[in-house]
Formats: sequence, C-alpha cells, structure tokens
Amino acid sequence: MITIGVLVAASATLVYRRDGVDGVLDILTRDLTLFGGILPRVLAGCLLGAFIAEILPHEKVSRSLGPNSGLKGLLIGAAFGAILPGGPFTAYPVASALLAVGADFGATIAMVVSWTLIGYGRAVAWELPIMGTDFTLWRIVISLPLPLLAGALGRFVYVRMYPKDDVE
Amino acid sequence: MSAALLIDIILWGSVAAVGFIAYRRGPKVLTASLREGSMDFVNIVPRIALGVIGSGYIAAVIPQEIITGWLGPNSGWFGVATAVIAGAATPGGPVVGFSIGAVALKAGGGPPQVIAYVIAWALFAFQRLLLWEIPFMPARFVWFRATVSVPFPFVAAAIAMAIGKP
Repeated sequence: MITIGVLVAASATLVYRRDGVDGVLDILTRDLTLFGGILPRVLAGCLLGAFIAEILPHEKVSRSLGPNSGLKGLLIGAAFGAILPGGPFTAYPVASALLAVGADFGATIAMVVSWTLIGYGRAVAWELPIMGTDFTLWRIVISLPLPLLAGALGRFVYVRMYPKDDVE
Repeated sequence: MSAALLIDIILWGSVAAVGFIAYRRGPKVLTASLREGSMDFVNIVPRIALGVIGSGYIAAVIPQEIITGWLGPNSGWFGVATAVIAGAATPGGPVVGFSIGAVALKAGGGPPQVIAYVIAWALFAFQRLLLWEIPFMPARFVWFRATVSVPFPFVAAAIAMAIGKP
C-alpha cells in the first residue's frame, strides 16, 4: 500500500511538472468518474463472495475442487471462471471464497486464469471495441486450453513445493 | 454502454440469486453474509480508491510509444519475450492495455507478439496484481498464480504462430 502510494504521488508530481494543474485535475476527474462507476460493482462482488462462501457446502467444494479433484476439478474451476459475471471486483472475492471453503490452488488458478482470458466481461466491454472482432475471437480460441494447463501446472508445482499441505 | 449494463444486470442478478439461496437457509445466514460482504467492501474501498485514482497518473508518465516499439514486426521469439515483459509492465485499466495492443497491431506488430502481449497483460500485469488481486486474495496465492502463469503467453504465441491466426 505504501509503495503504491509513493508511486502514485511521484507519478502525479511528474504529471504536474509536465502538464500543470490542468493535467493533474484532468486525470483526477476521469479516474473519480471511473471509481464512482466501479463502486456498486465492488459491493456486488463482495456480497457475491460472501454469499458463495456461506452457501457452498465445504465438503462438497473440497471434493469437487480440492487437491484430489483431478481434471474434473480443473474443468469446473475453468467453466466457473468463464461464466462469472463482473470484473476483478467480482472474480477475486469469489476466488478467495473458494480457497477458504476448500478449493485447492490448482482449481482456483484455473478459475482466475479462465476469468481473465476467456471471461466474456472484459472481452465484450473492452476488447471487442478496441481490438476488433477477428483478433478477439482468435485470441479467445487460442486461450481456451490455457486455464486447464495453468491449473494443472499450479497443482503439479504446489504439491512439490508444499508437500505437507497435501495431506487431506 | 449497453454491454456494461448487461454485465451489471447479470452481476446483480447473481447476487440476488445467491442471496435468495442464503435466505432460504435461514434469515441468520442472510444477515451474516450481508454483514461479512459489507465489511469486505468497507475494507477494500480505500485500496481501490488509491488504485483507480492512482493508475491514471502512473499510466500518464509511461509513454505508450516505448511499449509499442518493443512489439515490432518480425521480432520472433525475442519480440514475444519483450511483449511478455511489456505486458507485465503495462499500468492502468483495460483501456490502456487493449489500446496499446491495438496500436501495436496497427503499427505492424506481429499478431503472435500482440497475442503474447495481451495475454501477459491479462495474466500478470504487475500493477493489477498489486492493486486488485493482493487486496482481495492471500498474497501467497497471488504470487504463486502469477509465477505459474509465466509460460502461458509463450504457449499462446506458439499456438498463434502454428495456426497462422489471427
């Protein structure tokens, strides 16, 4: 937090020296608008995460997304990430909730990676208009196997890095 | 704009749906999760304020031409590697990352390099890890996930080269 604060202050100073007060205020208004727009979604994400943590049965999650869930667990994680609505403010609280109720690193990685690469939220809102349909669609097609591979690699490395955690 | 609205509807619809399930489990479950979720929200808002309001300044001081220059045409695997580093270093929100990708593509950057750039940026843009992911998730998981993700922009570039698309 402090590092980021310092970095932001330094950048703001540089902007001030380059563009003056107008430049600083310009960015501030734009980012405040963005912040105001994001706030309700952050609230929605936090509530979604809390509800999911509360209603998901722990044994069931650790069975279907835990360390011994195999390829099926990775597939469930990836599918979940792909359909999850919202931005980072939704995906990260939900992923955190999954970890808390017994999903392993592998399945959670599959979920987060799938959300970033295949999730429609960012693709529809930003990538399609900016990058164009052709690029976006091929980029998503190429990305399809990656959540499973990342989850599998994550699980493979995790078991070797923290062998004790694997005892269920 | 309508896409954003649709996403909001799906998002709040999902909240209402899981909220209803929680309510069916008993009003206590509902109020407990409401309190839990609101506390998370209150804790996270200051960090996000710093992130969102700060990222504009960070993005403003890093000239985009430098990043696009790295993604040059026919740069091969060296270009892919620099694209991955550029993706990790790109600050700011979705607009910044995709805009740089679009500029690079228009300036004649190779599609595999741009794919590697976009995917690296989506997977482990450093600023997003710090500002978004760390506040919400255990730091150990975040670093682990980012490290495990490192090979995948290269994998994506290899697939793009192999199939000759986009």
